[in-house]
Amino acid sequence: MPKLNGGEIIIESLKKENVDVVFGYPGGAVINLYDALYNSNMKHYLGRHEQGVIHAADGYARSSGKVGVCIATSGPGGTNLVTGLANAQMDSIPLVAFTGQVSSSLIGKDAFQEADITGISLPVTKHNFLVTDIKDLARTIKEAFYIARTGRPGPVLIDLAKDVTQAVAEFDYPERVNLPGYKPTFEGHKLQINKAAKAINDAKKPLLYVGGGAVISGAQAEIRQMVEKAKIPITTTLMALGIYPEDQDLALEMLGMHGTQYANKATLETDLLIAVGARFDDRVTGKLEEFASQADIIQIDIDPAEIGKNLDVEVPIVGDVKRVLKELLPYIEEKENGAWQQRIKELKEKYPLKYEDDDSETIKPQYIMEEIDKYTKGDATIVTEVGQHQMWAAQFHKYKKPRQFITSGGLGTMGYGLPAAIGAQIGQPEEKVVLIAGDGSIQMNIQELGTAQAYNIPIKIIIFNNKYLGMVRQWQEFFFDKRYSSTKIPAPDFVKMGDAYGIWSKSVDKKSELDAALKEAMEHDGPAILDLHIPEEENVYPMVPAGAGLKDMIGG
Amino acid sequence: MTHILSVSVLNKPGVLTRIAGLFSRRNFNIESLNVGKTENPEISRMTIVVNGDEKVLEQVTKQLHKLINVLKITELDKNSIVERDLILIRVKCTRKQRSEIIQIADTFRAQIVDVAPDSLMIEATGTEDKLEALTELLRDFGIAEFVRTGTVALSRGQAAK
Repeated sequence: MPKLNGGEIIIESLKKENVDVVFGYPGGAVINLYDALYNSNMKHYLGRHEQGVIHAADGYARSSGKVGVCIATSGPGGTNLVTGLANAQMDSIPLVAFTGQVSSSLIGKDAFQEADITGISLPVTKHNFLVTDIKDLARTIKEAFYIARTGRPGPVLIDLAKDVTQAVAEFDYPERVNLPGYKPTFEGHKLQINKAAKAINDAKKPLLYVGGGAVISGAQAEIRQMVEKAKIPITTTLMALGIYPEDQDLALEMLGMHGTQYANKATLETDLLIAVGARFDDRVTGKLEEFASQADIIQIDIDPAEIGKNLDVEVPIVGDVKRVLKELLPYIEEKENGAWQQRIKELKEKYPLKYEDDDSETIKPQYIMEEIDKYTKGDATIVTEVGQHQMWAAQFHKYKKPRQFITSGGLGTMGYGLPAAIGAQIGQPEEKVVLIAGDGSIQMNIQELGTAQAYNIPIKIIIFNNKYLGMVRQWQEFFFDKRYSSTKIPAPDFVKMGDAYGIWSKSVDKKSELDAALKEAMEHDGPAILDLHIPEEENVYPMVPAGAGLKDMIGG
Repeated sequence: MTHILSVSVLNKPGVLTRIAGLFSRRNFNIESLNVGKTENPEISRMTIVVNGDEKVLEQVTKQLHKLINVLKITELDKNSIVERDLILIRVKCTRKQRSEIIQIADTFRAQIVDVAPDSLMIEATGTEDKLEALTELLRDFGIAEFVRTGTVALSRGQAAK
C-alpha cells in the first residue's frame, strides 16, 4: 500500500468519492493540504472569503446534485464558514467542509488562529469530526461523505489537526462504512402505503404539497405520474419550484406567505393534503391551526423527526420520497376528479398573480422576471439572493424542471446568491445561470465578483435596485406606519464596481431600454452585471402577514 | 409529566455536548442527565429524565435518534424499572441533635459518612420521592451543603415483571 501524507490522503479520498471540484481558501493550518492540491488534477476554485467559498460549494451541490466540498483554514477560516453550514443544514444540502486546526499538541492552548470549530459548528451541521490521528483520516472522510449524502442530506465538517495533514501513513480507503448509530430508512412501510393509496383514491379534493425533499430524492418523474394519473393539483414550496412544470393546468405554483392566491385557497378547500418531502415551515403554513384544516394529511419524509413536528398527520410514511411514490403509484386509481379540476381552474382564472404596470418608462421588477423568462425560453437556472427580488423571482417566472431555481430557503441568507450562482454555473457548465439580486443582498458578498472574473464564470447578475432593504421596508410600511428604520441603503455605482473587477456592466432605468440591455448581457461572453432601477416602494403581493392564516391574504 | 429515557451512545469525544446541545436548541427540558460507562467500554449509557407531554417525548426521541453517535433509545416504563438517585447531604447539627438525625437516617436506610463537631454528612440512595422526603425532614436542622446525582435507571429482568 502506498505511503502518503495527510494532505495527499485527503486528495486521494476525494477522488474515491468522485469529487473533481473543490472550493477553498488557503491558510497556515491547511498549507499541507494545499501543497498536495498543487500536484493534483483536482480543480480548485479560490474564493474571496470563506463564506463565499462555502456558498459556492452549496450552489454547486444544488445545481449538480453532487456533494459540495470546501476547504478553509483554522480560526477565522472556520468561523467564516458558519453561516454557510447553517444555510446548508436548513435546506438539507450535502456538503463536506474541511477546516484546518492547530496541531494536536496545541489544541486548547489558545494558539494562533485556534477556534473550537467542531464545538461552534455542532448545531449547524448534520455531524462533525475532529481528526487528531492520521490513522483515522481516510475512514473519517468516507463516513463524512456517506453521512452528508444519504438519508436527509446535510453539511458535515471535518476539522484536521495540522500535524495530521503532515504525518505519513498507508492509504487504505475503506469500502464501506460502519456507523451503527446511523441507519436511514429508505423503504416506506407497506401498510402505510396501502393506507395512503386508499385515502388518495377516496379523496374528492386531493392536493399535492411538495417540498425540497422531492428534489433531493430526484422524484420528478414519480410526482408527474402522480399528478397526471389521478389529476391531483400540485403546489410546491420555494425549495421545489419546477419539480412539476409550472405552465401546466394542475400546477398551482408556490404556496405560503408570498404564494399564489390559488395555491393558498386550494389548501383551504382540499380534503386530502399529500405532503411530499416538505416540512410545514411557518412561511408555508401561516397560522398552523388554520392550515389545511379541512384535510386529512399524508406526510412522506425520509426524516422521521419531521413527521408530526409541526402538525399532526393521519398517514405518516417514513422513507425515501422517490421509492415511496414508486411503491404507491400502482395502487392509485386513474381518475378525473372533474369537479375539483374545475374548481382549480376557476381559482386560477379568478385569482391570478398580477401587478400594476403602465406605458411609462418605469421598470417593474415583475416585468423583468417575465422578460427574463421569455428571453431564456424559461430554460435558465435562476439563482437568487434573499428579499423581495427573491419572491418576485419565485412568482413571475415559470419553472419547468427541478434544480432550476436555487435559493436560500430555510435560513434566508442575504449574500448567498452571488457565490451560489458561481457554484451553480460550475455545477452546470452548459446552462445559462442568471442571478437575481437585490441592491442590499449583493453587497453582502460582493467580493466574489473577483472569483467570477478570475475564472470567467459567465453568470448574469441582474440587480433589482430599489435603494432599500425592500422586504423589511415593506413590513415597516404595512405594520410600522412607514417608519423606515435603517432600511434606506445607499448603493455604490454598480457599473463602476463591475468595471473595477473587469466585468461587463450596464445600468438601465428606462423600460424601453431593458430588452436590448438584457440581450447584450445574456450574449456577453463572460460574467455580466445589469443594474436595473426599479420603483423604490414596490411591494410583494400577495402576502400573508406573519402569524395569520392563509385565508387572510393581502392584495394580489 | 416526566419520562425516563435510557440512551446508549458511542463513547466518542463531545457526545455529551451533542446531547446537551440538542436539548437546549430544541427547547426541550431536561430534569436530569446522567452518564457513565457500561459493560462495553466503547458505549456509555445516559439516563435522561425529560419533562413534557407525549408529543414532546416523541420529538426528543426522534431528534436524539438523528445524532450519529446515538445507538439506542428506550423509554423506561416506571412500573418495571429500578430507579435510583444518590444524595450527599451535609446537615448542621449540635451535639444534642446528633442522635435524632442518625435516627432519621436509619429510617431511610441512609448512612452517616462523615462526622464533624458541627455537622453530619449523610449518604442516601433511593427513588426521587424517598430522597425528597429525607431532605425535607433534614431541612429543619439546616442543610449546609447538598449534592445529587440525578436518576439512573434500568429495566427489571423479564421474570420480575
